[in-house]
Amino acid sequence: MKRIFVFMIAAFMIAPAAAIDTEKRFDDPELQARYEHLISEVRCLQCQNQSIKDSNVSLAADLRREIARMIDEGKTDEDIAEFLVVRYGEFALYRPRTSGKTLVLWLAPFLLVLVGVFALARVLKHRMSLPIDDDSGEKG
Amino acid sequence: MNRYLWPLIAVAALIVFLVMGLRHGDPRALPSPFIGKPAPQFELPTLKNPEVTIGSKHLAGNYALVNVWATWCVMCRKEHGFLLDLAASGAIPIYGINWRDSRPEAIRWLNDLGDPYIASAYDADGRVGIDWGVYGAPETFLVDPEGTVVYKHLGPLDPAIWEREFVSRMNSGGSGT
Repeated sequence: MKRIFVFMIAAFMIAPAAAIDTEKRFDDPELQARYEHLISEVRCLQCQNQSIKDSNVSLAADLRREIARMIDEGKTDEDIAEFLVVRYGEFALYRPRTSGKTLVLWLAPFLLVLVGVFALARVLKHRMSLPIDDDSGEKG
Repeated sequence: MNRYLWPLIAVAALIVFLVMGLRHGDPRALPSPFIGKPAPQFELPTLKNPEVTIGSKHLAGNYALVNVWATWCVMCRKEHGFLLDLAASGAIPIYGINWRDSRPEAIRWLNDLGDPYIASAYDADGRVGIDWGVYGAPETFLVDPEGTVVYKHLGPLDPAIWEREFVSRMNSGGSGT
């Protein structure tokens, strides 16, 4: 039993060795941080539920290379987001920018909360208008 | 009665969204941001002859297909027979973008299976692929005579898709729509 347990722990220790793109692209730690932040915000279009930071497919590697190149050229984060959106659409960004098309994505949660509050208020108001001995009635 | 009305409406709305989501088809197929916009400019060496380049200017003047392919792409093999038929029919000039591939292997592929392309551009590092928003071969773009992207298809072509998505758009009149 104990042997199996040790084996299982050992098996778990092997797994996390596979990290992707650990090489440093920039000597300047500030640029490196910007780079790592940017690539964690871009969706891998081939594998859709990973960022290009976490994916090792070829397209993700290409996009990492292009983003590194644009940082080298002194492009701003907005320039880089624009580059990606022009080619792949807002879907390429994990946090779509606020615009006409994506406004509903940003506003919907707040609207839904408002609807919920409104519904709750109505239900409570209705309950309060009931006779006080309503509960005892149910029990009896 | 009123008590059940709003929950009923809410559930009905959810069901409508669910059905819309399910009917959306292939979840990997994203709307291309290039539809209705000028095709991205490019100029690359051809696959068969690195001395010669091919680019946007060769596409102009006619409806043209731009087909993104690679030897590592399984579905490209599946659509290859149809591309050969289409090229033989003379319906439309087909240009290839050989995407992230090895030149000798790509040339061998064309020699073995046949070459439906007027020419294939050789995009070794995927730079032009990014400009065209390519994320999964095969992808096929329909470009109109003015150089506007009219349609993009993700995945292998076949006669039914060709008739339904491409021929209809070429017939429905010329420019930009």
